[in-house]
Amino acid sequence: MAGPSTDPRAPAAGTAVPKRRGTEAALLGFAVLITVVAQSIVDLTITGSLRPEMAAFSAWITALWVVAHLAVRKWAPYADPLLLPAVALLVGLGLTVIHRLDLASEQVDSTVTREDAPVQLVWATLGVALFVGVLVIVRDHRTLSRYAYTLALIGMALLALPALLPSSLSEVNGAKIWIRVAGFSIQPGEFAKICLVVFFAAYLVDKRDVLALASRKVAGLELPRGRDLGPVLLAWVLSILVLVFERDLGSSLLLFGIFVVMLYVATERSSWLLIGVGLFAVGALVAYQLFGHVQQRVDTWLDPFAYRDGAGYQLVQSLFGLGTGGLFGAGLGGGRPDQVPVAKSDFIAAAVGEELGLFGLVAVIVLYLVLVERGLRTSLIVRDAFGKLLAAGLAFAVAWQVFVVLGGVTGLLPLTGLTTPFLAYGGSSLVANFVLVALLVRISDAARRPATPHAAPPPRLGEAPTEVVQQ
Amino acid sequence: MNAPLRRVAISVLVLFTLLIVNVNYIQVVRAEKLRNDRGNTRVLAEEYDRERGSIVVAGKEIALSVPTDDRLTYLRQYPDGELYAGVTGYYSVVYGNAGLERAENDLLAGSDPRLVFRRLADLFTGRDPAGGNVELTLDPAVQQAAMSGLEGVTGAVVALDPSTGAILGMASTPSYDPNQLSSHDPQAIRAYWDQLSAADRDPRLNRAISDNFPPGSLFKVIVSAAALEDGYTPETVIPAPQELPLPNSSRVIPNFNGSACSSSGEQSLIDALTISCNTAFAQLGMDLGEDRVREMAEAFGMDGETFDIPLQVEGSSIGEVEDEAALAQTSIGQRDVRMTPLQAALVAATVANDGVQMRPYLVDQVQAPDLTVIDSTQPEEWRDAVSADVANQLTEMMKSVVDNGSGRAARIPGVEVAGKTGTAQVSADVPDHTWFMGFAPADDPKIAVAVFVANGGGTGGERSAPIARQVMEAYLDGQGEG
Repeated sequence: MAGPSTDPRAPAAGTAVPKRRGTEAALLGFAVLITVVAQSIVDLTITGSLRPEMAAFSAWITALWVVAHLAVRKWAPYADPLLLPAVALLVGLGLTVIHRLDLASEQVDSTVTREDAPVQLVWATLGVALFVGVLVIVRDHRTLSRYAYTLALIGMALLALPALLPSSLSEVNGAKIWIRVAGFSIQPGEFAKICLVVFFAAYLVDKRDVLALASRKVAGLELPRGRDLGPVLLAWVLSILVLVFERDLGSSLLLFGIFVVMLYVATERSSWLLIGVGLFAVGALVAYQLFGHVQQRVDTWLDPFAYRDGAGYQLVQSLFGLGTGGLFGAGLGGGRPDQVPVAKSDFIAAAVGEELGLFGLVAVIVLYLVLVERGLRTSLIVRDAFGKLLAAGLAFAVAWQVFVVLGGVTGLLPLTGLTTPFLAYGGSSLVANFVLVALLVRISDAARRPATPHAAPPPRLGEAPTEVVQQ
Repeated sequence: MNAPLRRVAISVLVLFTLLIVNVNYIQVVRAEKLRNDRGNTRVLAEEYDRERGSIVVAGKEIALSVPTDDRLTYLRQYPDGELYAGVTGYYSVVYGNAGLERAENDLLAGSDPRLVFRRLADLFTGRDPAGGNVELTLDPAVQQAAMSGLEGVTGAVVALDPSTGAILGMASTPSYDPNQLSSHDPQAIRAYWDQLSAADRDPRLNRAISDNFPPGSLFKVIVSAAALEDGYTPETVIPAPQELPLPNSSRVIPNFNGSACSSSGEQSLIDALTISCNTAFAQLGMDLGEDRVREMAEAFGMDGETFDIPLQVEGSSIGEVEDEAALAQTSIGQRDVRMTPLQAALVAATVANDGVQMRPYLVDQVQAPDLTVIDSTQPEEWRDAVSADVANQLTEMMKSVVDNGSGRAARIPGVEVAGKTGTAQVSADVPDHTWFMGFAPADDPKIAVAVFVANGGGTGGERSAPIARQVMEAYLDGQGEG
C-alpha cells in the first residue's frame, strides 16, 4: 500500500478536479464586506462618524485575506474553499466586537483610549503570516509525523511552563496559564494543544492496531488490556495535573476530550469512549471534592442567580445581555455588552448575542459548525491515516472548544475559561488557531488533490497505518 | 476510521444543536424575564444614557437632567425640591419613577411615538436621541402660596382655571425632596426612602389627588344644586330645626355646636348655606331623595371613577346610601361621602364656569428636544353639571357664605369671593378635617381653589379659608386683578 500510488501530493490527473479557488475568493470578499460594513455601523452608531483609520483598516483587512488567499492558491490549490472564508468572517466579526467594546470603555471613561482592536489586528496579521508560513514550510502534512515526539515534548513543555513559573509571571485572574514577559502575555496552552494533537495523531496511528485489537470481552463490551490503558491514563493524569497546578478547568477538559475522541477514531472502539467518560467522571468527582474553585464553578452553573452579586455575576450579566438582545439584538453599538466583565475575551459570545441577537449568535455557531464539519469532511476524504486522524483531531479540537466555551457563556455547562477561537481577544489563541486552520487547509489540499490515474482506491482502514509509520 | 469519523461529525452536530437550542431558550423563552430582571441595568442604563427631557413651569425647569461623569450619564435634579415634589414625583435608580416622571415617562425618555420621526432623523444626523419636555399649567406664585399656606399642617391645595380646567396649583404636605430619591447613590436613596416610610404621614402621598376624604359641608353645595335644579330658589324657605331626629334611629343630627339655625326653625336656602345649617341640608337631602342627590354628585364628577390629569386621580363618590338616616348624613358630607381635594376644586370651578365642567389638566404642552411644540392640550368641556341659571344662583349663595357666613376668612379686599367651608368629623378621638372651596372674582372667575387640612381641628372657616384666600390673592395679584 505504501509508495507513490497513495501519495496525496501526486500530480494532478487528467480529469480536471475543480479547485474552487474562485469560490473561496468570492466568499472572502463577502467576509471582508461584512467586516467593513459592521465596523462602519459600530462607528456610526456610537460616535456618529467613521473613525479616520477606517480606510486603513479596510485596506489592511483586505490585504490580509488577499495574501492568505494567494498563499492558498500557490501552495494549497486544492484546499477546501470554505475553511478560510469561515475563519475570515469570524476574525472580522471578532475585530468588530472588540472595537465596539473599545469604544464602550472610552464612553465610560473618556480619558482612556482603548486600542485592543488594533492590537488584535496585529495578532491577526501575525496569524496570517504563520498561516502562510505553515503552508510554505509544511508541504506535506505527513512530514509532521516525523516530529511527533519532538512536538509532544514541546507541547508538554508549553503546557507545564506556566505551572513552573512563579505566579507573578504566570497567573491572571486565578488561572496559572500564562507566560508574561516584556509586556506580552502568552497563553502557551493554545500552542500546546496543536502540538499534542499532532502527537496524538502520529502516536495513535502507530499504536492503534494494538489498542484496537488486543482486547477482552467483559459483559458484552470489548475492553482493552490493562497495559494498553497506559496512554489514556497518561492523558488523564496530564489533564488532572493541568487542573491542579494551573487551575485551568478548560484546557484540562479540552485535552482529555480531544485525546479520547482521537483514540476512538483511531481504534474504532467505542469502549475507549466509555473508559474516557468513566475517567472523566472520576476526575470530575475528585476535582469537585478537592478544589474549591471547581465546586464554585459547578455551584454557580447550577444556579447562577443565587450568586448574582458574587461568583455568578459574570454569567448572570451574560444572560442579561443575551436576554436583552432577544431575537434581533440591540444592533451593533446599541447594547451594553460592556456590562459583562471581560466581554472581549471569555464572554465575547455574550456581546455577539446581545447586539446581533439570536440570529447573530446562531449564525456564529453555524459558522463554527461549517468550519468543523469541513475539517471532519477533510478527515473523511484524505487518504492517509495520519492525515485523517490529524484533521479529525484539529477539527474536533475547534468543535470541543467552541462547545465548552459557548456552553459556559450561555449557562449550558460550567464556566471553564477557554477562549472562543478566532473571535475572542487574545493573541495566543488567535495565532495558534491560524496555525491550526493552516494545517487543516494543508490536509484538505492533499485530500482533494486528484490522485494519479493509476492510483489505487484509498487504503482499507485497517491497513492504512503502514504508510505513515516511517520513522 | 471513517465510521467513527461520521459518528464524531454527527456528535458535533448534536453538540452544536444543543448550543443553539440553549441560546433559543435564553434569547426567546427567557428573554422577557432576563430583560426585566431587577439586576439587569441595561434598560435603565440606556434610559440614563439619554438626556431626559425637562419638566417646565412658566419657563423654568423644575425637573431637569444634568450631565455627570459617573456611570449613569445624566443626573435628575429638582431645583425647587419639595415645592413641586407631588407633581414631578421622582426618578430613582432604586425605586423607579413616580408622579409625572412616571406618567410622562415615554415622552421625557424620548420613546414616545410623537418623537419617533425625530428619532429616525437622529439616526442619520448622529445626534444623541434626547427626551421631550413637558410644560405644565402650574403658576409658580399659586404653588408657592399653596405650599406656604400648608406649612406645618398635613393637607393639600388644588387651584384650577375654571374656564379651561388648567391646574394652576397642586400642593400636598408633608412633602419630600425628590433630589434625594433621584441621586446615583443607591445607599443614600434607600436611607432617605426608609426615613420617608417611617414618617407618621407619608410625604410621598400626593394628598391632592391620591386620596379622598369626607368633605363635610362642602357637599351642601351639591345638595343645593340638586334643589335648585328641582325648582327651589335661594329664597325658598326650608325647615331648619335645632335638631333633626334620624329616621328609624334614636340618634339626631345637631347643628354645629348644637346651636339653632334660626329662631323660627326654618330659613331660606341661601341662609342655610351661608351659615352651613346641618339640619336644613340633612332634611333637604331626604326631601330630594337619594336619586337626586346621587345624580347631582355624579353630574359634578363624583362617580367613583379614577381619571388621569395625566397623574391618576382617585375617584370621589357619595358611597352606599343604605337608608334615610344615611341619606341625611350623606347630605351634609359625612357618612361615606369622599372627595379628593382636586374634586372639591372641580366642584367650585364648575359653579364658576356656568355649570360647565372643564376637564382638568396639568400638561399645557409637550415639546420635542429642540423645543418645537409637538402637542398642546386644548381645553375640553367634560360635563354639563347644572344649567347656567342654577350656577349663577349657586354663585350668589356661595358669595353670601364668604360675605356673611362661615367663609369670611376668605374675603379679599376689592374682590368678590364665592366659597364654601367644610368641617368633617373623622372620629371622636382625632381632630376634624377642614375644607374650603371657592373661586374669585365671583363675577368673572379666574381661579377656583380647594384647600384641605387633615386633622387640623378647628373649622373650615378658621383653618382652610385663609389659605384659600392667600392662594387666590397670589394668583389675582399676578393677573393684575389684586
